[in-house]
Formats: sequence, structure tokens, C-alpha cells
Amino acid sequence: MDKILRIDVGAEGGPKVTMAPPGEYAGLGGRAFTSAVVSKEVPPLCHPLGANNKLVIAPGLLSGTAAAMSGRLSVGCKSPLTGGIKEANAGGQAAQVLARLGYAAIVLEGKPPVDILYKILINKDGVKVVPDNSLCMLGNYDLVEKMKAEYGDKITCISVGPAGEMKLPNSSVAITDMELRPTRHAGRGGVGAVMGSKGVKVIVLDDTGMKMRQPKDPEKFKDANKRFVDGLRKHPVTGEGLPAYGTNVLTNIINEAGAYPTKNFMWGRFDTCHKISGETQAETETARGGLATHGCHRGCVIRCSGTYMNKDGHYLTKQPEYETVWAFGGDCGIDDLDAIAMLDRLCDDYGLDTIETGVTIAVAMEAGLAKFGDAEAAINLVKEVGKGTPLGRILGSGAGIAGKIFGVERVPVVKNQALPAYDPRGVQGIGVTYATTPMGADHTAGYAIATNILKVGGFVDPLKPQGQIELSRNLQIATAAIDSTGMCLFIAFALLDQPDTFQALLDIINAFYGLTLTGDGVTDLGKKVLKMERDFNIRAGFTKAQDRLPEFFTKESLQPHNITFMVKDEELDSLFNW
Amino acid sequence: MKIELRLFASLSRYLPERQTGNLCAMEIPEGTSIKELLQCLAIPAAIRKIIIVNGVHAGESQTLAEGDRIGIFPPVAGG
Repeated sequence: MDKILRIDVGAEGGPKVTMAPPGEYAGLGGRAFTSAVVSKEVPPLCHPLGANNKLVIAPGLLSGTAAAMSGRLSVGCKSPLTGGIKEANAGGQAAQVLARLGYAAIVLEGKPPVDILYKILINKDGVKVVPDNSLCMLGNYDLVEKMKAEYGDKITCISVGPAGEMKLPNSSVAITDMELRPTRHAGRGGVGAVMGSKGVKVIVLDDTGMKMRQPKDPEKFKDANKRFVDGLRKHPVTGEGLPAYGTNVLTNIINEAGAYPTKNFMWGRFDTCHKISGETQAETETARGGLATHGCHRGCVIRCSGTYMNKDGHYLTKQPEYETVWAFGGDCGIDDLDAIAMLDRLCDDYGLDTIETGVTIAVAMEAGLAKFGDAEAAINLVKEVGKGTPLGRILGSGAGIAGKIFGVERVPVVKNQALPAYDPRGVQGIGVTYATTPMGADHTAGYAIATNILKVGGFVDPLKPQGQIELSRNLQIATAAIDSTGMCLFIAFALLDQPDTFQALLDIINAFYGLTLTGDGVTDLGKKVLKMERDFNIRAGFTKAQDRLPEFFTKESLQPHNITFMVKDEELDSLFNW
Repeated sequence: MKIELRLFASLSRYLPERQTGNLCAMEIPEGTSIKELLQCLAIPAAIRKIIIVNGVHAGESQTLAEGDRIGIFPPVAGG
């Protein structure tokens, strides 16, 4: 990963390709890399769809190596949805392949002077930027089929669907998985719109002829990796729960805890949630010939993903994640797994974030555009987005904008990004993360659920404000560091409980790069990344007013607990004091 | 006294009889503790459990009351 590939799509005479060593960005990967570039090179007041914004695509420090779990990709920019800095993170094959091709990052810059669509081809022989308007408005699935027909089946694609081409604030960047399906998305914050604004429809990667990246100390690396994998296998979450049931195992426990946002965050329990639980989903998938255990990238040993067949046993979509099942399920009052799977497929094809889309549909239901629980209506509303009708564009712009247009008060967003699948009144720690992370309402940024509900890394009572600031702060710091390694965040469940597995990860990094990183070094990296991101947001015009949950969370009590969000504003403002 | 028992994920195999949604309405003696209930269901002590009673995390020494809703999970997580 010794070069940064910069493509200026607005250069005189056509897109200009340059390659240079990482320079001041040497030693950074994943989110550390994307946030460093965005905070240094993107003027915080620029228009997110303009020439001055940049889309930074970076694998992690361990991507392209034999380290398990190392295939995560970071996609960073100024977000068209939040107006602040964004890092969206995805699995799939792209990180492994891009790293093996020798790239620390791809940076898309500038803006094409006319309406033109490019495909970018990257293989061992170099980089080509080719205009191809025949790809215009293709769904991600058809696009990938076309690329397969032209370039063979050893490729990996990074693409935008119609939503990104339309520059919708809720559009994603799709990444293909091991079966060459566009099922893994850098979803949050409208990163697809930035790629679309730069006229790039697809980046086709082929690492044929390239080798696995080699460690400085192969013996130590191999030993550390073995200890790391053993640690993941023996932890009950990463070794049993996630492979068997996937992330949707959360439906029943979050519902039991009374924090499952139901019908646009009106209640904390959904009576028929067992119809859409992870257990029911796994049973259904297996009965129809799909997989309940499946890895999204080569090197994953947790394998939390799966494949979902329709009633006739034909592939419909990958196993929908908990967030997707909640957003289209409980939040919309829908308890039909097949309908939810169809909605997941549509979002993957159009290139939309399922969390933002589901929350938007729920807000639309509250506005009266459809009844809660009407799955067919929900599917039709999402199809409007794909068609690009005026209603579709409204809905494709996210919950905040849709809520304003339809005059809805209960709109669950922070920094204009929709809240994920945990009610902050029932899990006060995640409320702190939602409010304070520079990313907008984001659950992965500091996943307090682990300690508030799942008793991983200790226990902090989810129903009280005490201890939540410290919990969220520590998790935000740790997560910013893990996001920079390219490792899947789910390793954290094992790391939080097993210090020797955490040590094994440090040993992997040290053996690969010849370093002597310690736990403190990891903390320092996380703090550095967060500070860069927060500084960017301040320069972009953010104040503490943006570090707040919507008013209704402090006014309206959530049943069954009869509770409001109780962490005080002054405490939220103290999170970044370290 | 009557309680609503739910056992989830890999613990569902220990349910005395399934109704819907991993639920079993059970009759248990007054003053039964959660620990005693677990023993009665033959759920191995070695499995780490998350126990939620009426929406609130509970420990094994807690005594159950009439109408309690108890949900028990093995170690689970997601995102």
C-alpha cells in the first residue's frame, strides 16, 4: 500500500490520474486515512457536490494481508446529508483487493464539466478512466452483471446505483461480496451522492497476478494471527451467536429490554417482532436453501452474514442485517420478513442506506402517506425513489428533509442523519453516542449497546444517565482506532472480554509493520482521529447545538419503561474533554 | 404463580413447551428465584446468560413475582 491514486475528474482535457507515495499520510489506514485527508484537503464550507469535496476510499492497515477479519473499507468525504465529516465503512472484497494492488487509497477529486459517466478500471497493469454513458441509471445488480460480462468474474466492483447518480443525500456506495453481488454498502451519510457528483459510476478492481501483502516478521505474524483467530472462535458471540443468527439476533433482546423503536419511535416494544427475529430468519433461510452462516469478505472467520431466498427458493438478497430488519420492520410496524427482504434488495439495487430509508418511510407513515404495517405501500414508496419521481426524491433525501416537507414533529435524526435501531430513552449510553459522535446519529461509532444491554466489557445500567458519558467516550475512541485498521468492528466483542485477544491484535500489527504499538498507542490514535473530525465539523459551522437529540426524546416518555432521555446537555458537552 | 418465560437463540431448546415467539406461560411455586428456575429448566450453569425481567437486567438471586415477564439469552451481539 505504497501509493495514493488520485483521479481529478475535472482536469482540462479529461480525467487526470496521478500516483504518489502516501507522504504525510504514511502509516494511516481506513478511517484515520480518510479523515486525515478530508480534514486537511477539503474546505469545510465547500458544497458537498462540488469540485472541492473529495471522496477518499481507503482500505485498512491490515487489508490485503493474511490477518483474519481485515477486509473493511472506509469511504470518507464531506457528507451531503449531515454537512459534516463522514466516514462510511463497509465489508465486501474491495479493501482486500485494493490493498493487494498496492494502493493506500483512491481519492476522487474535482467535478466533470459536462454530464458524463466514467468507469475506472484498476488492475496490475495500471489505471484506466473510460467514459461509458451506457451505464446510466443501471441498478447495482445489472451494472455488476455488465461488468462481469466485460471484464470476467475475478473482479470486484465499487459502484453507485441510480440514487447516487441522482445525487440523493441518502445514497450509498456499493461493494461486491465474494459472490460478486453488490450487497455490502458504505451506507451512511450520502457518500454515494459525492461519487455520483464526480461522474464515477463504477470502479472495477482486478488483483489477478498480485500477491498477499507480506509481513516484516512472518513467524510472529502467523503466531499472532492464530491466537487472534482462536480468541474469536472461543468467544460465544463471535464464535457461536453471530455465525448462527447474524446481527438480527438483536431483535428479541432489544425488544425484551424495551428499547426497540416501534412505529417511528413511539414505543419500545413491537408485539410481533418474533416473526422477524434472527431466529426466525435463520430458520427461514435454511428451510429455503439459503445460508445462515456466510462471510462478507475473504478472511472473515466470524461469518455473520447469510443469503435470503424468496418463497420459490431463488436468491433475493443477502441476509438482511438487524438495522435493516428493524428500520423496515418494527419502525414501520411491518412483521413480514419477505417484504423486508425485498426492501433490502431494492435498497442494494438503487444504492440507498437501509437505516435512513426505513426511518424515512416510518416518518412518511406518520405523515399519512401510508399506514404503519402496510408492507406493500412501503415497497411502492421505495420504488418511487428508484424512479426519481419528485416524491421519490423527497424520500431519497432522508428522514430529516422528508419530515420537514411533510410537517412531522417526531423526526429521529441527529445532524440530519437518522437514528438506528435502539431507542436512546431505553439505552441512555447509545443516546450519548448518537448526540456527540461527529458522524451524526450513528450506532457503530460508539456501540454502547455492548455494555448497556449485552454485558460485553462489563455492565452499565441502560436506564440511568450515570456512567454513560465515560462509556460512550471510551467506545468512540476505541472504535475510531479499530476503524483505522481495516478490521471488522465485530472483533470488539471478543477484544472487550478477552485481553489476550486484544494483545494478539496488537501483535499482528506490530509483526506486520515492525512496530511496538501498545494499548496506549491505540487510544492515542483513536483520540487523534476524533479530534480531526470534530475540528472539521467546527470549521464547517457546527456548534454544541448539533450535539443534541431531537426534543421529543426528553419530552415524551417511552413505554414500557415510562422513561425519557436523562443525560444532561452539560455532560454531553464534556465528552470530548480528555 | 404464573410467569411468562421466553428463552432465545440457542437456549430455546430448553423451553418446556413452545407457544409463539419462544414464549412459554409457566406455573411456578411462590418465591422461586431465577437460579432455581434455571435449575428446573436444566440450563447449564456454565453458559453465560443475559437475564431480563420486565425489561430490566436481573441477577440469578432475584426472586420472581406473579406475572413477571422473563427473557433469557445466551451471549449475543450484533450491530
